[in-house]
Amino acid sequence: MNRKKRDAFAPFLNWLENGGNALDAEMQDALREHDPKEALPEKTKKAKKKAVPAQKDKAREERARKAYADSWWYRLLAVVTAVTLIWLLMEAVLQMPKFGAADTLIDSELTEFYVEHTKEETGAMNIVTGIILDYRGFDTLGESHVLFIAVCTVLLMLSIYGERDEESRLKRWEEERHYEPEHDVILQSAARLLTPLILIFGLYIIVNGHLSPGGGFSGGAVLGAGLILYQNAFGYEKIERFFTYKTFRWVSVCSLLFYSLAKGYHFFTGANHLDSHIPIGTPGNILSGGLLLPLNFVVGCVVACTMYALFTMFRKGEF
Amino acid sequence: MLSQVYSHLDELTAVALFGIGFTLLLLDKNLMKKIIGFSMMDSGIYLFLASYGYIESRLAPIYAEDVSESSAYVNPLPAGLVLTGIVVGVSVTAVMLGLTIRLYERYHSLDIDEIAEKIRREGK
Repeated sequence: MNRKKRDAFAPFLNWLENGGNALDAEMQDALREHDPKEALPEKTKKAKKKAVPAQKDKAREERARKAYADSWWYRLLAVVTAVTLIWLLMEAVLQMPKFGAADTLIDSELTEFYVEHTKEETGAMNIVTGIILDYRGFDTLGESHVLFIAVCTVLLMLSIYGERDEESRLKRWEEERHYEPEHDVILQSAARLLTPLILIFGLYIIVNGHLSPGGGFSGGAVLGAGLILYQNAFGYEKIERFFTYKTFRWVSVCSLLFYSLAKGYHFFTGANHLDSHIPIGTPGNILSGGLLLPLNFVVGCVVACTMYALFTMFRKGEF
Repeated sequence: MLSQVYSHLDELTAVALFGIGFTLLLLDKNLMKKIIGFSMMDSGIYLFLASYGYIESRLAPIYAEDVSESSAYVNPLPAGLVLTGIVVGVSVTAVMLGLTIRLYERYHSLDIDEIAEKIRREGK
């Protein structure tokens, strides 16, 4: 009985004590192969035999240091912390009002104000678009910049050739070319059919952002997906006829500049009670909502460029 | 108890997602899995926020004709907040993946202990 119980818990106990070292041993072997220090030729190893006691001490030290993350009490503590956190959060959630109940958050003054005034003040039929591009326009500006900065950071990190020289870069590039589908009939005919539809759908979502569900972010993501599909089916040569690093740079920077200037102007005039001369139009028409339509378009451009740039960089290692 | 659980199903799912992500973050030594755990925590929070904007038998926050009382629509604020969160989450994930690629290129490993070990050895 007792033994059976122990057998049932054996994997867990093993994991608790050893930290699933089965995979680690494999990894360590691989590590040793890569490590030039440990793969010394026999002669030097013999010469180093005198220094064995010192090495033993070092090894003990290393084990002691390594034991911290691998030790059973770290794992036990981690499990206890995780379980406690989940339990506490679940208790807290059960105390909150029911899902879909009328008394959740709708009573807040802010929400009431947004719902009652968005149409007259911004000309948007979609309240969420009105909020994120007009009332909280600076927040969305910051978001677009966060996306752009993320792309720049990844570009910087991946294009520092630490140990890579020109030769290995070319080799990598050749390998990449090798995996590119050249005459994949199924993928290519599907892409030929789908890409225009996806791009048009993305544009539709962006342009209708102030009238119906959607907007710059979702439409931009769809556009980016279309570009990625096209690239996957036809390769870099085809897509670089119209979308290169230069295109990415110009579109992103111009979009962000336009957003900053337009929103800055809007805030400047609004804060000083000046007339901004931007007509709101009739809510419900496609050409309405003042700055909402161009801002949505600009955000869509930034997001599409970002999606495609991230994909390319993670795949090629450069843009 | 059971009825309470049933009426809070969305939030409990969100908490479960958050918990799974947190556990992965704590217990897995693989950097990629840590990033996956981080993204799962993100999704849990988005689900939680979005589910609190919903109110039963009300319209989506897009103006229908001649209805402009605030009691007719669901709460549009959480949608805006979640949108911000998703965008920032994507950016952070991208940066983390880029860092992981650099670490792998240099140390040929995704195991965080191994990387720390190698960094320590390099320092000598």
